[in-house]
Parts: sequence; structure tokens; C-alpha cells
Amino acid sequence: MATIYVDGKTYEVNHVNNLLHECLQKGIDIPYFCWHPAMGSVGSCRQCAVKQYKDENDATGQIVMSCMVPATDGTKISVDDPEAAAFRKSVIEWLMTNHPHDCPICDEGGECHLQDMTVMTGHAYRRFRFKKKTYINQYLGPLINHEMNRCIQCYRCVRFYKDYAHGDDFDVFGAHNHVYFGRHEDGVLQNEFSGNLVEVCPTGVFTDKTLKQHYTRKWDMTTAPSICTHCGVGCNTIGAERYGGVRRILNRYNGQVNGYFLCDRGRYGYDYVNSAHRIRTPMRRKSNGELGTASKDDVIGNLKNILARKKKVIGIGSPRASVESNFALKKFVGADKYYTGLSDTASKLVEQVIGILKNGPVRSPSLKDIRESDAVFILGEDVTNTAPMMALALRQSVRQAPLKLVDMVKIPRWHEYAVQDVIQQRKGPFFIAGVAGTKLDDIATRTYYAEPDDIARLGYAVAHLLDNNAPAVKKLDEEIRQLAEEIAQALSKAERPLIVSGISLGSEVIIHAAANVAASLSKEQKRTNISYIVPEANTMGVGLLGGGSVGDAIRSAREKKADTVIIFENDLYRRANKESVDTFLKQFENVIVIDYLKNNTTEKATVVLPAGTFGETGGTFVNYEGRAQRYFQVYYQKDELKESWRWLREATMAAGHNDFKEWDNLDAVVGAVNREAAALRNINVAAPTSRFSISGMKMSRSSARYSGRTAIRAHENVHEQKPPDDPDAPFTFTMEGFSGLKPPALNNLFWAPRWNSVQSLTRFQEEIGGPLRGGDPGVRLIEPPGNISFSFFTDIPAAFEKRDDEFYTVPVYHIFGSDELSIQASWIQELTAKPYILLNRRDAETKKLNAGDEPDVQLSGVTLKLPVKISDAIPQGVAGMPVGIPGMDNVLLPGWVKI
Amino acid sequence: MNKPLTKNIDPKRGPLNLKDYEKAGGYQGMEKALKEMQPGDVTKVVKDSGLRGRGGAGFPTGVKWGFVPMGDNAPHPKYLICNADEMEPGTYKDRLLMEQDPHLLVESMIVSGYAMQADIGYIFLRAEYAEAEKALRKAIAEVYGKKYLGGNILGTNWSFELYIHTSAGRYICGEETALLNALEGKRAIPRAKPPFPPVVGLFGKPTIVNNVETLCSVPHIVNNGAIWYKDLSKTDDAGTKIYGVSGKVKKPGLWELPMGTTMREIIEEHAGGMQDDVKFRGVIPGGASTDFLVEEHYDLPMDYNEVQKAGSRLGTGTMIILDDQTCPVGMVHSLEKFFARESCGFCTPCRDGLPWVEKILRALEEGEGREDDIATLEMHGKFLGPGNTFCAFAPGAVEPLQSAIKYFRDDFQRHINQKRCPWR
Repeated sequence: MATIYVDGKTYEVNHVNNLLHECLQKGIDIPYFCWHPAMGSVGSCRQCAVKQYKDENDATGQIVMSCMVPATDGTKISVDDPEAAAFRKSVIEWLMTNHPHDCPICDEGGECHLQDMTVMTGHAYRRFRFKKKTYINQYLGPLINHEMNRCIQCYRCVRFYKDYAHGDDFDVFGAHNHVYFGRHEDGVLQNEFSGNLVEVCPTGVFTDKTLKQHYTRKWDMTTAPSICTHCGVGCNTIGAERYGGVRRILNRYNGQVNGYFLCDRGRYGYDYVNSAHRIRTPMRRKSNGELGTASKDDVIGNLKNILARKKKVIGIGSPRASVESNFALKKFVGADKYYTGLSDTASKLVEQVIGILKNGPVRSPSLKDIRESDAVFILGEDVTNTAPMMALALRQSVRQAPLKLVDMVKIPRWHEYAVQDVIQQRKGPFFIAGVAGTKLDDIATRTYYAEPDDIARLGYAVAHLLDNNAPAVKKLDEEIRQLAEEIAQALSKAERPLIVSGISLGSEVIIHAAANVAASLSKEQKRTNISYIVPEANTMGVGLLGGGSVGDAIRSAREKKADTVIIFENDLYRRANKESVDTFLKQFENVIVIDYLKNNTTEKATVVLPAGTFGETGGTFVNYEGRAQRYFQVYYQKDELKESWRWLREATMAAGHNDFKEWDNLDAVVGAVNREAAALRNINVAAPTSRFSISGMKMSRSSARYSGRTAIRAHENVHEQKPPDDPDAPFTFTMEGFSGLKPPALNNLFWAPRWNSVQSLTRFQEEIGGPLRGGDPGVRLIEPPGNISFSFFTDIPAAFEKRDDEFYTVPVYHIFGSDELSIQASWIQELTAKPYILLNRRDAETKKLNAGDEPDVQLSGVTLKLPVKISDAIPQGVAGMPVGIPGMDNVLLPGWVKI
Repeated sequence: MNKPLTKNIDPKRGPLNLKDYEKAGGYQGMEKALKEMQPGDVTKVVKDSGLRGRGGAGFPTGVKWGFVPMGDNAPHPKYLICNADEMEPGTYKDRLLMEQDPHLLVESMIVSGYAMQADIGYIFLRAEYAEAEKALRKAIAEVYGKKYLGGNILGTNWSFELYIHTSAGRYICGEETALLNALEGKRAIPRAKPPFPPVVGLFGKPTIVNNVETLCSVPHIVNNGAIWYKDLSKTDDAGTKIYGVSGKVKKPGLWELPMGTTMREIIEEHAGGMQDDVKFRGVIPGGASTDFLVEEHYDLPMDYNEVQKAGSRLGTGTMIILDDQTCPVGMVHSLEKFFARESCGFCTPCRDGLPWVEKILRALEEGEGREDDIATLEMHGKFLGPGNTFCAFAPGAVEPLQSAIKYFRDDFQRHINQKRCPWR
């Protein structure tokens, strides 16, 4: 700690930080541009100038950049000093010499950091009388709009894109006052985190191109805290709405999870909410066999009779439905007749993962823990495509080991370019064992491409080297043994080693091998972590809730003698093969599907009820880490879009069941989960209840500057209507209510006096770059028990043997395409991979196939014509096929494939 | 020997080859250093000699070397870099040394490299200096042939490799940390200090960057001692200096003279005085990025301390003279045009301030000046000062501007009042 003096006042600060950081921390407004809490200081914009005095006797002082000066004990500065203030004003004046006066038509207007800083410094009168320079803008793809004329050259974009996210197709070009930030030529930005440019840019150079298609100003959007629905990481987001549609997703800072950033799938995947394929009304199969719109009363009336005979009903939940909905379904049909909705493979593997995390000895890390890891071993995951934000966190981990050198030469860690000068190309140990090349290979110390069993063997070998009690691998190649040795050494030298694995390859032995490695490391009292990647927003939630797989449901349907199946938010055709699902669904007299998008399963339904997405409903998801996080309904809607549990409640009450009578709001369901589902205990801690208020007020979803407060529903009734009530959340749907500092789980908007942009975030943090005020939201449901003895897994597979006539084919994931929901967005479709089969070069030669050839590919009865892609990274005898993307329906992998 | 730097130079004859250079006493400094002295002794004699950096900043060379970590635990490779990116307008002294006596620089690199126990040396050469490159490459090849470079030089266990890197060419590469970035293949933008290059330099390793003229003094200091070197000077600043004069004098050129020679002597005796039809009005003493001096400074001894006291900097010691037939605003405009163009674009005041300055000066020249223009220029003079910008580029760039306004304010005002350049 240190004491500093700012304009005569005394502050206790943390000496490891710089003055700008500490002043903002204390609520002192200093304007800035280039400094970013996650990317440190570089001193380029010169905006944060203050006067520094040597001592008591120094009356003159010297202008310094507060971001470049450490907050050492006794530092004496003045922010208000007239010369420093005049200089700061001049910096804006310089920036404004070329910045266009187009705020009224700029997408950034109203949430522009440059506007805020201009007002803050007081620059108002234009003295520069010469021409402004202009640039040619670039096409950067469907996600980001480029308007270079607005650039103020703060270098944040290139520092994020290149230095933080390691993108290689974006840079700063040119020199002097003609520096240009963009690509070497027009084209789609290739980095998966490019959307962060929109939030990192302090003005309107990079703006959200998808927002542009249905543009609304910040103050006119209704917002709520949300959780990303596009993978299992559980990034915190802000959903923003106007006129009944989601307009954009913004990052919602959570120090433990996503921090300042989001991936492009998470930021731009929202448009499924606005999709034309949405189910917006109840539907019932008519006597002519067609599924047609029906009134709610009609459908509920129909369900009343069906659900009265509860014993004959089975339920299939979903990893994309909330904990609450899954819980309700399980409770209604009974544990023996509830299925989680996971595929056979996923169900088995998730159960394994939860077992390993619950029984210890190693804990699952938050993304923050991952960012701070100093040695990483990945087994079998292409993290950038299966858990993108975890990949961005992993990219930060390779700095940890070299940062020790930085500490040795006493350079503060926030001093970014000095840190880079010391670190140079050094990277901490980072090992990837995967089936094919991954997007993280560029930071890897070593990569090893192998069939899943061979990946597991490497893992087992590493574990054995670390701890003799772990079983040894027989008949290990010398080359692999040496690699295992190198990995084991690097991991054992580390202080915070991390093992990353997951279920994407469908391999149980990989999960076991990863557990062995982590357990063998943990005996040395290290902060070892193990991170298992799961695919969907609530995969862990349903895993913890427990239940059979979709396959179990299919296999046991006949013996259960059920005549009715209720399916919550799940397309079974993505979980099991087509024939078996067809047969399965045919057995039922009643197929009741509650979902928000039309899909192959809703096509087969007898009754369809419209579920709400994250836009229209709230609930809880549990992420890969075991962190339960609440998302809140974003906007009021008059359609019959409800939580699946609420539909179930309504229908069962009509049928005379009283199970859910008390569940008149979300709190009641959460309370029931908390009481009745042991594995999900504490889930209620994730967010305040609906009764929470401040000064007797609920929190407002809309900003105080929302336009059309009384007019927006005037087409319904010219009289001012009572604002709709939200029984589930401590939020109003309007601007009425509390709009000050809310509890961290309820942050729906980062906005503070004088700070209209996302830079206002510093006002919401307990510690800049650290936890939010009141603590980072979310509650960890899984912690390893204290003292336990781990029994090592022993199912070491034999080495892979390739077959002459078949290829062992593994799923290949794509950030754009493999996710069921985001692909509904037209701009995501534009970026989606086309079907292909990936082969090793030699295999292709043997088969006399060239890249682009389209051979017949047979797998489990399905024949596809797939163009060949050739790779040196994929091992011989193994093939890869993209999953989830259009044209690859009903492809369930892994499996043996004939070409 | 009172002209150690230029004693071998005879432009009519051209540079000496290795044999003749050795015959003229060359490589004796190297022999002495490597055979008779410890590395620390070399640094000490350089420190004692009072040698200051000739690139313009005048930092004591021996002190700089003293920051390099020495001993068995020091990080390696260590680098010695010769800053031969001579791009300061009006400055061409290093060019003379490299084109006419390349072996002196090569020997200097060896001796200086030995002092810091460097492993690798680079001569970072301005790309346009093709003649110098040719001469240096030839000299280095000769020296490798004689094994003065490479492994175990002169039988010691010290090895040193020397490379020439021809710059892609930007003025900012002369800034030592921007030079390091350029040499690493990165954008030539200056680095933050600390860390200082002697500790964290090229590729993160200890690195010394010295100017050509600075390095070329080293073998002579080693050979003849610190006292000899100090005695070469007329003032407290040691050694000799290559002074240069350009502008409307009778004999523009370069001369190696004792440090502290007066401006009058340099201009009147060596440059032959002003041309007959023009009168002296002022001078930029050390390259474009120094403040004007005027007639009252005519008898100023040209050394670091005295010039600084007079409100300017010795800089590179190569002066540009302003005469009464030349418009001072036009001259400053020409300089600021250069600086605005050569700004690296990293920090705001320099990147956006200098083009504004340039535009105002152009407007003045074109008769479009406004009453408040001088105040705006003065604001830039003040706010582009040291500490306000990321590196010393912009503070240097506004030195001629602010001093021109100080000494020639009336001329600026006349441009505004008459709505034209009075010299056109």
C-alpha cells in the first residue's frame, strides 16, 4: 500500500498500480484513451496528463502521464492544475482536428468515450481551420463496420487484436498523421474475438454492423443482465431490446468469467431471438394431420386431458433450457421418467466430468484462473471452436511464466510495451494434444496430433511420470515418451498448472487421462486446475440435476409404456440418429414440445408451445466451471412466450395437479431447486430475488433517457397504461425504478455520470480489473472436498490401429456453425463453414483424392458427398467432419467412415 | 595529433585499406584494449575522458556503458549498436567518417564491444548511405579475414560478430529505442524508458547504442588516455568535434576542431564567412531540432554546456545558417514539414500537433495568416515540450519554431499584416 496526494487530498492506494488506475479507482475523473485495464498502459494518447510535484517545496511541478507513473508512496499530483487541464484540453483539440463532426449520424453517439472526454476536458471552440484528412474505409466482414475518418489513433484496436487476441490480419499501417488501422486489404476479419473492437474503440471507427441493421441508441434500448447461450463457458452479457427484438449483445463484465471481452459467436449470435423461425403461438396438430396455430385455451384444454394421466408421461429436458425448467419437468414426470436431453455420449461423459470435479482432488478454474495459469496441457479440445472465450483466456496464460522476468527487472506489469520489450517472443509452457490442427497452435510449445485413444495414452503417460502411483502406459513409442517427459517436467515446474479437456471428441479415456494428470500434479500442493469443456449453456446444469440420456429414453420407451412425451427446448435429431428418433416419436400418442425455434422435433409434435429465449424469459444456467448464473428476461412481450416450466405449470394445474401451485414466480422454482436438488444447492445465491428493491424501488430496465415512455404502447391504447409487472425479477420493464449502482448480478447497463460509454465500468468495480462492487456474480456449485484419496483411472487404451478400408472419424467444431442457435443469424451463416471431410495428406494420396474432390462418404447408413480437405496435422487413418452445420444433419460422431 | 577522427581522411585518395590503416597506427587501440586492459578498464578510461554522445544528446558515454550488466551472470547476447542512421537535416558528419575511414568505425566497434563484452554488433546505417555501406562492408570483410572479428579475437576468449543493417529509412530510427524496434523488425516507434537499453535493449538484452562519431573517438582515447583527450578541447567538454556549416557561407563544409571552438571562428575562419551579398541573421547550431542562436551568440564556444546555457543545444554540431535574404518563416516551415512527415504517429501531440504547425506556417507563407496564429504556434511550442510527448522528437521539432518566434517575431507578424511573405 502507499499514500498519495491528489490536489491536496490524501488517498491510500495500491502501489503496484499506476496513478491513472488508482485515481479512477478513487472516483477521480481523469480523461484517457489508450489505457485499458486488461491491456495496460502505453502512453500514446497523452490524454491523462496531470501535474506531478517532487516534494512539498516543488511549486512548479511537471506534466506527467498518470498512466505511466507508478502510484508510489508519497506521490504528489494535481489533476486540477491549470496547465495540466489546458494540456488535456489541447489533446482533445488535436484529436478533433481530424475527427468528423458526425455525431448525430454516428452509431457511437451517446455512448462515445471521445464525446465524454471532450466534454470532460472542456474543448468546445474550434481553432483548426484547415481541411480534415480522410480515409478509405474497409469491408471487414458482416460483423464490424469500419469508419476510419473517426479514428483518434489510440492504438487500442491493434493492441487488442494483435497483442491480446493474437490476430494476424489486422495492424496499424503508415506513419505520422496518416496511420491507418485495418487489414492489409478488404476482407473478413479472421480473429474470433474481432467484435471486441467495437467496445475497445473509444469512438465510432469500429461499430456493431448487426446493430446497424436495426439501429437504436443506447438510451433507447431496454436491457437486462444475461448469460450467453452459445457455449458452455457462460459469459456474462447484456441483452438489449427495442420494439420487441434483441438489437445487440454487449459484454457484461464479470471479473471471474469473461472480464472485458466476448467472442464473436456470443456477441453476434443473438439473432435467433428475432428469427422468422420463431414459434410465437401455441400450435396443435389438426385432424388433417397438419400442425396449425391454436389458441392457448384450446391447447391447454387439450393438455388438460393428456396430463391428467401423469403416469404415462415421460419428459426430455435440454442443456439449452434453464435449470428451473429442467427441474420442473423432472419433478412432474418423476426422476425415473426424466431424461436430461443429452446424447448418449454427452450424458456419459458429463457424468464422468461431474464425478471427477466433485470427488477432487482438483478444482475447476474460472476463466480468471485460466488467464493466470502458468503451464497448460490441452487434451483433445479445439478450444477456440468449442469454448472460444476459454481460448482467449488461455492465450493470456502463456504470458504468466515470462512475466517473472518482468518482475525481476522491476518493471510494473501494467507498463505494457516495456513488458513486451522484456518478454519478447517468450511464451510459457503450453502443450496441445489434439486430433487436428487447432487455432491455439500458434502459442503452443509442442503440438501432438493423434487419434483420441493415443491422446489419452499421452495423458496417462504424463500422469505416470508425475506420480508413480498412476498407471504406466505399455508399449509407448519413444517419441511419445519423450514428449510426455517434456510435458511432465513443464507441469511440475509450474506453480499454477492447468489441464484442459472436454467432451467434444466423445472420448471417455481422454477425460480419465486428463483427470490422472491433474491428480498426479495436485499432490505437490500446487494450485492445479482442471477445466472440462462442455458444449452448451446448461450442459452442466442438467448434468448436476441428473437423468438418463436421449438414448436411454429411446431404449426404455416401450417398457415404460408411456403414451406422452414432453420435450423441453430440444431438437432430438441433434442428439440421436434419425431412424431411432423417428421410431421413438412415433410411439407416442402425444408429443408435446415446448421450444422457441421450429426444428425437426417440433415438426413431429402433436402440441407445440412457444417457449421464451433469454430475451423473453429468465432462469439459471450452470457453466463448465460449475458456476450457476442467472439471466433475466430482457423485455416485456405480449406474445405467449413463456418459460417452459411456466407452461408446464399452467397445463398441469389445468389438469388438476397441484405440484406447482405455489410456483407463481421464478423465486419459488429456484427455492424448490435449492431445497430438493442436492447437487444444485445454493443456486438461489446466484442473484437477488424478485422482491429485492432499493429505496422501495425495483431496478429499471430502461434508462432514464428512454424515448417514448408513454408513446411506445400508444397504438394499443392512447391512455397511459400501467407499466407491466415482472413477477420473476427485481426489475421493472420501463425507466421507472432504481438506476444507480445495483447489486453485481443486476448490472444491466454500464453508465455513470460523465461516463456514457462502456468505460464507465470503472465505477462498477470494487477494484479496476478485479471483482465488481459487491463481488463477481454467480455461485460455484462444485468444490473439491478437502482430504480425499483419488484413485487413478486405469482404462489405458491400446494404441490406435488404422484400418485399411475405414477412417476413424472425429467431429470438427466451428465457432460459426456448430452451435444450433447462433447459426440462425444471417451474418453468422455468412461465416459458416461448408461441409467437408478432412483427411491426412498421405491417406488422400492412397485414396487418389485431391483437395476439392467429392467422394461418397458412408457412415452408419448415411451416404454424403463431401469435398475433401487435406491436412498434415490430422493423423493417418483418422478423418474429421464438421458437426452441427447445415448439410451435416444427422451426422453423429465419432464413428468409422467408409470413403 | 589534434585531429584524431579525421587524420586519415583524404577525400581525393579515398579510404585506407586495412594494411594502410594499420600502417597509419590503426588497430593499436584494439590491441591495447584486448591485450592489456580488462573490459572495465576500457569503460573507465572512456568515462574519465569525459566523452559525450555526439548524436546530439551529449550523454556521457562511459556512464552509459557503466549501466550494462557485467560478469558471469550478465545476460547474453549483449549488443553494441552503432547509430549510423544520420538523418538530421543539415547533418552529414558521420557520413564523412564512414565513407572516408571505415576501419576507424570497425575498430571502434571492436574496442567498445570489448568494453561491454558484447557478443554482437550492428551498424544501423541510413539506407541512402550507399557509399558508406560499400566502404564498411569492404572493411568488415578485410577485418574478418584477419580475424579481428569473429571467435576468440586476438587469442582472447572474447568473440564478437559485426553486421551492417541498412535501415528502411525513417528519421525516427535515429531515436535509439525506435532504432531497436526497427532492428527487431517492428514498427519504428520509440520505447518507454525505463527500462533503459543498457539493461533491456535489443531483443530484451543489454544493449548500447552509440553514434558513429562518439564511437570513433574510443580507440584514440584508449591509445592516448583520458587526459590527452580532455586536453584536445578548449573548454570543459572534452575532445574534438566535427563541426559543419551549411547555408550561404563561402565555403560550406566539415572540420574537426577542438571542442569549444567559437561560432565566430567556425563561420569566419573555416567556412570563409558569409557570402558577399548576404548578412548573418541566425543559426540552428546542431541539426534541425535545435533552437536558433543569433548574432549576440557569435562568440559562443560551441560545446554542450555553453550552447545549452545560451538556450539551444549543440546537437550534432552541424549548423544551418539563416541569412537576411531568406525568410525565417519559410525556413521554419520547411523544417516543420519535415518533422510533421517524420513523426512516427504514436503519440497525439506530435502526430496531430506538428501538422497543424506546418499548416499554419504554410498559411503564413501563402498570405493566409491570421492574427491568432502566432499564439497557436506558441501553444505548440509549449505543449510539445519534453515530458508532454512520448519521446524527444516533438520537443526537438518545436525548438526551431519557438526560438524563431522569439527572435524573429516581427517577421511572423509581417506575414500576417501584409498577407504575403515579404521575401517573395
